[in-house]
Amino acid sequence: MTTITEPSGSDSTGAFKLSMLLNDTRYRALTFQFIALVAIIAAMAFIGGNLVRNLAEAGLNISYDFLGTQAGYDINQQPIPFESTDTHGRAAIVGLMNTLIVAFLACVSATVIGVIAGVLRLSPNWLVRKIMSFYVEIFRNVPVLIWILIIFSVLINATPSPRDFRGENPAASMWFFDSFAITNRGMYMPKPEFGPGAWFVVLAFVASIIGIFALRRYARNELFDKGRVVPILWPSVALFFVPVILVQLIMGSPISLEYPALKGFNFQGGMGLRGSLIALWFALAIYTGAFIAENVRAGILAVSKGQTEAAGALGMRPGRIMSLVVLPQALRVIIPPLISQYLNITKNSSLAIAVGYMDLTGTLGGITLLQTGRAIEAVLMLMMFYLIISLGISFFMNIYNNAMKLKER
Amino acid sequence: MADSKAQSVAFVRKTPIPQAPPPISEAGPLAWIRTNLFSGVFNSILTIIAFYVVIRFVMGVFPWFYNGVWDASSIRECKDKLDGLTGGCFAVLADRWDHLLFGFSYPPEGYWRIVLSFVLLMVAAAPLLFANLPRKMLYFTGFFPFLAYWLIWGGSIWVSMTLLAIIIATGFIYRLVAIQIDVEMRKIVAMGIGAICGVGLAYLLYLGASELSFIAGSIGTEGIVALIANKAFWAASIFTYVFFIPMGIFIGYAIYNSYEDGGLVSVVAALLFFGVAISYLVGPIWMGVNFILPIELEAVASRDMGGFMLNMVLGTVCVSLSIPLGIVLALGRQSDMPLIKGVCVVFIEFIRGVPLITLLFVANVMLAYFLPPSSNFDLILRVIIMITMFSAAYIAEVIRGGLAALPKGQYEAADSLGLNYNQATQLIILPQALKISIPGIVNVAVGLFKDTTLVSIISMFDLVGMIRGPIQNSTEWISVYWEVYGFGALLFFVVCYSISQYSQWLERQLATDHR
Amino acid sequence: MKKSVFFGALTVAGLMAGASAAATLDDVKARGSLNCGVTTGVPGFAEPDADGVWKGFDVAVCRAVAAAVLGDGSAVTFVPTTGKTRFTALASGEIDMLARNTTWTFSRDVDLKFEFVGVNYYDGQGFMVPAELGVSSATELDGATVCIQTGTTTELNLADFFRSNGMSYEPVPIETGAEAVQQFTAGACDVYTTDRSALAAQRANFDTPSDYVVLPEIVSKEPLGPLVRHGDNEWGDIVRWTLNALITAEELGVTAANAGDIAGSSNNPEVKRLLGAEGSLGEMLGLDAEWAKRAIMVEGNYGEVFENNIGEGTQIALPRGVNAKWTDGGLIYSPPFR
Repeated sequence: MTTITEPSGSDSTGAFKLSMLLNDTRYRALTFQFIALVAIIAAMAFIGGNLVRNLAEAGLNISYDFLGTQAGYDINQQPIPFESTDTHGRAAIVGLMNTLIVAFLACVSATVIGVIAGVLRLSPNWLVRKIMSFYVEIFRNVPVLIWILIIFSVLINATPSPRDFRGENPAASMWFFDSFAITNRGMYMPKPEFGPGAWFVVLAFVASIIGIFALRRYARNELFDKGRVVPILWPSVALFFVPVILVQLIMGSPISLEYPALKGFNFQGGMGLRGSLIALWFALAIYTGAFIAENVRAGILAVSKGQTEAAGALGMRPGRIMSLVVLPQALRVIIPPLISQYLNITKNSSLAIAVGYMDLTGTLGGITLLQTGRAIEAVLMLMMFYLIISLGISFFMNIYNNAMKLKER
Repeated sequence: MADSKAQSVAFVRKTPIPQAPPPISEAGPLAWIRTNLFSGVFNSILTIIAFYVVIRFVMGVFPWFYNGVWDASSIRECKDKLDGLTGGCFAVLADRWDHLLFGFSYPPEGYWRIVLSFVLLMVAAAPLLFANLPRKMLYFTGFFPFLAYWLIWGGSIWVSMTLLAIIIATGFIYRLVAIQIDVEMRKIVAMGIGAICGVGLAYLLYLGASELSFIAGSIGTEGIVALIANKAFWAASIFTYVFFIPMGIFIGYAIYNSYEDGGLVSVVAALLFFGVAISYLVGPIWMGVNFILPIELEAVASRDMGGFMLNMVLGTVCVSLSIPLGIVLALGRQSDMPLIKGVCVVFIEFIRGVPLITLLFVANVMLAYFLPPSSNFDLILRVIIMITMFSAAYIAEVIRGGLAALPKGQYEAADSLGLNYNQATQLIILPQALKISIPGIVNVAVGLFKDTTLVSIISMFDLVGMIRGPIQNSTEWISVYWEVYGFGALLFFVVCYSISQYSQWLERQLATDHR
Repeated sequence: MKKSVFFGALTVAGLMAGASAAATLDDVKARGSLNCGVTTGVPGFAEPDADGVWKGFDVAVCRAVAAAVLGDGSAVTFVPTTGKTRFTALASGEIDMLARNTTWTFSRDVDLKFEFVGVNYYDGQGFMVPAELGVSSATELDGATVCIQTGTTTELNLADFFRSNGMSYEPVPIETGAEAVQQFTAGACDVYTTDRSALAAQRANFDTPSDYVVLPEIVSKEPLGPLVRHGDNEWGDIVRWTLNALITAEELGVTAANAGDIAGSSNNPEVKRLLGAEGSLGEMLGLDAEWAKRAIMVEGNYGEVFENNIGEGTQIALPRGVNAKWTDGGLIYSPPFR
C-alpha cells in the first residue's frame, strides 16, 4: 500500500518509459485514477444524456416551480399553521418538521426503553430476563413495517373512539379528572394558556431551574472540598415547585389550563397528538428499543466484572453500582452503535406513509409528488432532506462521542 | 496397632455417610424460585408484575387460537362459524396459502421449482456457513446461482450454463495469458489488447464528450445559470476531445508496453474476453445447444413472482451481489488514491444517509429516465439494483471496520514480504478482515432481508404487499388483519431468528484469539 | 420449438422487458400479451380471486382490448399499481394502458401528458358516516375527522368542499382501501370519503351495512376511464374504440352470447359494421375485421360487464344510475361506428 520504490542509481537516470504508467507504483495510481475519471465522466454523460432524451420524448422538463404553487390539500398534524391554500413548499416544510418531531420523540423513548430492557436482560430475576429476551428477539427479527402496521391496528382497535365518551353512561371516560382523553384518533391533554402577567411565572420557573443547578453544583463542591453532604433532593423539589406556584397565586393565575372537551365530532381544545403520530412513535421506539437493548447489554458485558466487584467492595448498593460505575463505562461502548440506531429511526420514520402520518415522505414524496407529477424533482429533494438530517445527526453525535471518549495517550 | 485402636473404640464407621439432600430451602424448585424470582423486595415486585403481564397476554391470546377457524371460504362464513366467540379466522391462511408464499401469478405446477431452489440454497450455503464441511461442496455453491436462476425463471437451462461456461473460460484465459504462454507470445497478445483498449477508451471518451455537448445544447441559453452550465459543458467536452482521447490511446500503448507484467495483461485480456463473450456469444451458443438438446422449463416473468418467495429472492440475490460490491467499496475507501477514495466515500455516505424507501422511489419513478429510451428494465430488476447498492454501502462499512481492526503490522508484514497490493489484499488482508466482519455482514443481511418488505410500498406484491393489496381488498377476506400479519411476522421471525442464532454461534466459534 | 426459443430469448434479455413509446401496437403484438395497469385491489373493479385470476369491471376493459388486438382475452399481464406508481408506470412504458379508477382531469390530460380514451364509469365523490351520528347532510360535518385514500383527486376535492362551505375538518390519509375501512369501522374517523362506487362496494362488505349511510351529496365529478400515453394515436384509437364497441354493443343488443352469429341474422347495418360483416373498420384500426366481435365475446357488452362485476346482482350492488346507456337517460354514449 505505502510501498515506495526507491529509484536505484542507474535506473533512475533512464528516461521515463511508458510502461511505468502501469508498472511503477509512482505513476500507477495516476493511471488508475485517470481511468476512474474517464469511467465517471462516461457514466455521468450516459445518465445525463438519457435523462435529457427521455424527458424530451415525454415532453417534460425539470422545474422546481411547483414548490410555489398552491398545494390544495390539508395536513392534520401541523407544527406550523397550514391551509390547503398554502404552497407545496410550505407543505414540504411541515412534513420536514413532522419527520423531525417523530424522529426526536422516538429516539428519546427508544433510548429509555432500550436501556431499561438491556439492564433487565441481565437481571438476576429469571422471569424478567426471559420476558426481556422474548421482547428483544421478537422485535429484532420481524420487519419494522409489519410492526408499524400491527401496532397501528392495535391502537385503533384497542382504544375507544370519541363516540364511546358520549351519552349518559359512556363506555369510556377521560383520565385524571377529565383532563386527558385517549382515543383511537389520538391523545388529548390540557394546554397551558398564557394570560397577561404570564411572563413573571415563566421567569420564576427559569430562575428556579437555575437555582436547582446552582444548588447541585454547590453540593458537589461541598462534598469534594469539605466532605460535607448537602441534601439535594428535597430542596430541589421545593425549588422547582414553590416559587412558580407562589408567583402564580400572587399574580392571580396568569397561566391557566385549557382542557380538552368533547364537542361535536371530536375533542376540541387542549393539545392533541394524532393517532398516527403515536402509533409511529410507539412502533419505532419499541422496535429500535430492542436493538438498543442489545447494544446496552453488550456495553454492560464489556465492562470488566472487577469494576462491579470493586464497587461492591466499597459498599455501594447494586442500583448505584449500575448508575455510577457500570453504565458510565458502558456508555463508551454503547454510543457509536447508538448513533446508527438514531439514524435508523430517522430513516425508518419514512415508513410513516403506512399509517398516514404526514411526514416528509407523506407530503413532499407523497401527495405533492402525486398531484404535481414532478417525480424526479420531488424524489431528489426528498433524498437531499434526509441526507442533511442524517449528516446533521451524525455530526452532533460524533461531537458527543468524542467528548465522551476515553482520553488516552 | 490398627487392631488395638479398633478394639479400644466402641464404633468406627467404615463407610462414608450417604450425602444428605440439601435443606429444602436451598435446593429444588423452591430454592430456584427463591433465588431466581424472589431474591429481594424489588425482585419480587418485578416478578409479580411480570407474571401479571404474562398471564394477561396468554389469556388474551389463548381463546383466539383455541376458537380459531381453519376452514372457511370467506370472512363472513368464518364469522358465522365463530358465532360471536373471540377467535382467529385462520382459514384465510389456508385459502390464500399459495398467494402468501408464491404470489398469485407464478404457475402452480412450478411451485416445486421454488421449493427445490431453496432446499438447494441451504445445501449451497452450508459450506460457507460451516467451516468443517468438505471444501469440495464449494463447487456446488459456485454452480448453484446458475441452477437457481434456471429453476426460478425457467426457460432453457443452456442460458445459464452458457454464462457459467463463459465465466470458466474467462478464468482459463487469465491463467493461459498469465502463466502458460511465454513472453514473446504475451507481447503479441499485449499488442492486441493494448490496441483494443486504446481505441475503446478513446471511443468511450468521444461518446462521453458528444453526450456532454448534447446535454449542454439542451440546457438552453436562458438565465445566467443555464449560460454558465452551457459554457462549462462545452469547455469540458472540448477538453475531452483534445486531451483525453490522446490519453486513451496513450494508455493503450502503455498496456502494450507492460507485457512483461503478466498479471496486468492477463487481467485485461480476461476482462476483454468476458465482455465480448457476454455481448455476442451467449445468444448463439445457448440457442445452438438448445436446438440439439432442449432442456427447458416454463419461463416465468419476474413480475409474476410474489409473496414470501419474492422476499427470499430479493434478500438472497441482493445480499450475494452486494458482498463483492461492498468489498470493492471498502477497499476503495481505504485507498490512497484521492479520486477513488472520494468516489467511494460519497457513494457510501449518500446511500447510508437516505432511507431505503427513497431509493425504491428512485427505482420506481426515476431510474427509467436514466436508462436508454429503448431498454426498459422491469421493476424487479430496478429494485434489485437499488437494494444491492443500498446493502453494499452498509456491508462496505462493516468490512471497513474489519480492515481497520487488523493490526497495522499485518499490512507492514505483507509489504515487507514484497507482496504487491493485489497479493497482499488477497492473501493477507481480506481473509482476516472478512473473518472479523462475518457477524456484522450477517446482521446487515438480516436487516436487509427484513427491509425487502418495503417493496410493498411501491406496489410489489411481496408478503406484506400481498396482504395489504389483494387479500385485504378481496371481497372474501376484506378486513382480515391479525391472522395474516401474524403469519407474516412468524415467517420472518423463523428465518431471521435462525440466522441470528447462527451468527451468535459463529461469533463464539470465531472468538479464537481471546478467552 | 419456435415458442420456446422465443421464451428463451426473453430470458436471455435477462429481466428486461422491451417497451418504447412509439408503436405500442407492434410491441403488444410482438410480446403476445397486453400489459395493463390495474389497482392493487378494489372489490368489484379489480381484484385477483383465490386462483389468482384478475376479475372486475376495469379488468374487463383490459381483457376486451387484449381480445381485440391479440385475439385472446386472457393474454393480459396485469401490473398492479398504487396511486403513486400508476402514472410513472404508464409514462415509462412499463404498461401499455391503465385501467385503474383514474379520474380524467385537465392536468393529468394536459400536464402529465396522458390521453384519456373515454369514460367507463361516471363517479362522484361521496361521504359515508355511521348512522348513529344522525348526520343527514355533508354540510353538517364541521369539525369531523375524515378518512381519505391518499394519492387521489379526493384529497383536493375534500379540501375544496370544506373550504367553500367554511367548515373545518381533520384529514386522516390512508394508503389502501382496506386500511381506510378498518379505521372507519373502528371509529378512528367519523367520515369515510372516496368515490361513491367504492363506498357502496365497501359498505356492502361490512358486517352490518345498515349501520352506515352514504350521504346524498356528491362533491365532485369523477369520470373514470382507461388511459394511454400521449403521442401514440393509433394505440389510443384502438383502446378508445374497443371501449366504444362495448358501449355500442349494449345499445344494439349485441351480447357475448349472440355476437357470434347476430352479424349474419341482423338487418342493422351498424351491427354488421361493428362486427366486421360490412365495411372495413377493423382494417382502419390496423386490426382485422372481427376485432370488436372478439372484444365483446370476452365478457359481454358494457351492460353485461357492469351487471356481472358491480351490478345489482353482485355483492357490490351498484345501480346503473348515470351509468345507464343514453337511451335510458344515462350518460353512457358512444360515437357511431361509421
